[in-house]
Amino acid sequence: MQPERVYFYGTCLVDLFYPEAGMAGIRLLRRAGVEVLFPEGQTCCGQPAFNCGYREEARAVARGQVALFPLDIPVVLPSGSCAGMMRNHYPELFHGEPDEARVRAFSGRVFELTQFLVDVLDVRLEDLGEPVKVTWHSSCHALRDLGLEGQPQSLLGQLANVELAPLGRERECCGFGGTFAVRHPEISGSMACDKADDAVATGASRVLSTDGGCLLNVQGALEAKGEALRVQHIAEFLWERTHAR
Amino acid sequence: MHAETGFRESAAQALGDPQIRANFRRAMDGLMAKRAAQFPDPEDFQAMRHLGTAIRARSLLKLPALLEQLEASCLRNGIQVHWARTCEEGNELILGLLQARGATRLVKGKSMVSEEMGLNHFLEAHGVEALESDLGEYIIQLDQETPSHIIMPAIHKNKTQIARQFSQKIKDAKYTEDVDELTALARKVLRRKFFEADAGLSGVNFAVADTGTLCLVENEGNGRMSTHVPPLHIAVMGLEKVVETLEDVAPLYALLTRSATGQAVSTYLNLIRGPRGPGELDGPREVHLVILDNGRSRIYADPQLRATLRCIRCGACMNHCPVYTRVGGHAFQAVYPGPIGTILTPQMEGVGVRHELLHGSSLCGACAEVCPVEIPIPEIIVRLRREATHRDAASAVEGRGTGRTATEDLAWRLWAAVLSRPRVYRLAAWCATRFRRLIPGGLPLLKAWTLSRAKPVPARRSLQERVREEGLPHG
Repeated sequence: MQPERVYFYGTCLVDLFYPEAGMAGIRLLRRAGVEVLFPEGQTCCGQPAFNCGYREEARAVARGQVALFPLDIPVVLPSGSCAGMMRNHYPELFHGEPDEARVRAFSGRVFELTQFLVDVLDVRLEDLGEPVKVTWHSSCHALRDLGLEGQPQSLLGQLANVELAPLGRERECCGFGGTFAVRHPEISGSMACDKADDAVATGASRVLSTDGGCLLNVQGALEAKGEALRVQHIAEFLWERTHAR
Repeated sequence: MHAETGFRESAAQALGDPQIRANFRRAMDGLMAKRAAQFPDPEDFQAMRHLGTAIRARSLLKLPALLEQLEASCLRNGIQVHWARTCEEGNELILGLLQARGATRLVKGKSMVSEEMGLNHFLEAHGVEALESDLGEYIIQLDQETPSHIIMPAIHKNKTQIARQFSQKIKDAKYTEDVDELTALARKVLRRKFFEADAGLSGVNFAVADTGTLCLVENEGNGRMSTHVPPLHIAVMGLEKVVETLEDVAPLYALLTRSATGQAVSTYLNLIRGPRGPGELDGPREVHLVILDNGRSRIYADPQLRATLRCIRCGACMNHCPVYTRVGGHAFQAVYPGPIGTILTPQMEGVGVRHELLHGSSLCGACAEVCPVEIPIPEIIVRLRREATHRDAASAVEGRGTGRTATEDLAWRLWAAVLSRPRVYRLAAWCATRFRRLIPGGLPLLKAWTLSRAKPVPARRSLQERVREEGLPHG
């Protein structure tokens, strides 16, 4: 059954770097007939500290975020990585804490945006755009942490004028990995460059993904190479293609 | 074996070597494709690995009892069993066995545990020639290198490099790049060595507690030459290698060969039950099994870390790791490179010295996805990162807290202070968006980022500002 209301969680990278993706996500949900609540006080899911082993710090941030979503309605995020953190790792992070049960209940309500659009809302999209060739990069966490396989592709598949060119080594990490990108910039950079090269080789005019981190990383590598290929969040692309101007 | 330079430096060096990068990329792409062809159906793969995981988990659950049973079964079969707490003990033990029999020429089958022990150097320092007979190991031994992969030790070299090396280092060898001729060349050298050897040493893939059988998986036949031709056979294994019954071996073997080299079966599977029996025409007169701990019992004691010991040493995690693919095995400066090495090395050597290695992972999860025994490698990496920076945790991990730096500690405190205060975060976001082009590229993190990427520029207005303009309900 389709929920009447959902919470939207913007994530820090979307907030700062891809606000249009966030807006597009909200609009896609509203157009599907869902009321969207956007609690104030959103900052970060806490993943960077958690992944680096700083659990107290991660918990302090996560606890404040969970408190923003008291109603028993879905929480939708335009990020596979942050959704994976909130859905799969919060229970572990709060294991043995007094608020563990509350956090677990919250985690069970978390969805990545494309997952929610397809699996819960079963949205139908009508393509209003010109023919375009795009390519798709899965974020590792969307793919392996959330098990998101097929939802983004099914949404893109609904767009009549969009050709989806397969990305070489699609399942390989782009090299972002949060702090990995700055702790091991040489390795991370070589991964980002290879991903950028693979994207260029598809002949597509855009690389789409569901995660701000990957977008930032691949975009940075493409720009450094002087490539014109554009990087875009899937939500922004979907909205751009399907709303009347 | 300890690192002389850091992982970051050695990785950067490898990245700067186009030959290394090309060799690994080509090899890993090939291995990934071969493995994928062996598991065409994802559901079948899941069923196989669940079985494999269950077998390994059960074996570990019963580990102390199974080790005792293994010892008793081996003794019954005539295999003498020795226990080594440390690598030094293991080395002394093996040297003792050799010296007692006047053995000075040892041929070796493949054994990562012997690499762990630094056995070759130790023996050579005591007048024993320890010759590697696995082709890959033989190649790297000629160049006095260590393996760069646990299954394919010489994978970092291409055939031209090997051709050059053989023509220089093997007596009377003419230069050829023909792989068959190169193999024949090594074979000729090794044949003689097998017949002359006083002793043979091998690893163990699975040791069956119930029957006292030592299983050895190989493709070249050098394994059975090493274990059957010389009068003395010494097998070395980590204490986690034990399984309960022979029935346990088949599913693990199927997972091992498919995951490692993309083979449904290997050319040989040797099942060693003991020394030559009365009336038998071949086989060693004596068989010894050395069981090494080297920190494994400490890993075993921790319920989460214990999963590390499920490893069947197939190397699939390396083959699928985007970091390993780019820098190669030597950059890890560890006996076991790649993802499994990233969790095994700090547990064996202490998390402090290997702090940097622990961060050499993007946590992409490709390793865990292919692991035939479902070791949650990324989760264990995160756990060990915590151990490296925190002394308080009640665990048996060595070197806890020694990877902590004041700068990093302060950075995370600051991070939490900002992000647990929405007003402060909003102010920071306001500054980042308003002064978006003015953020100095020389900031430490940005400087690292921009080594190979353009500087990221925040949007003009944050999402939260946009949402406020739209007047969305807060809930």
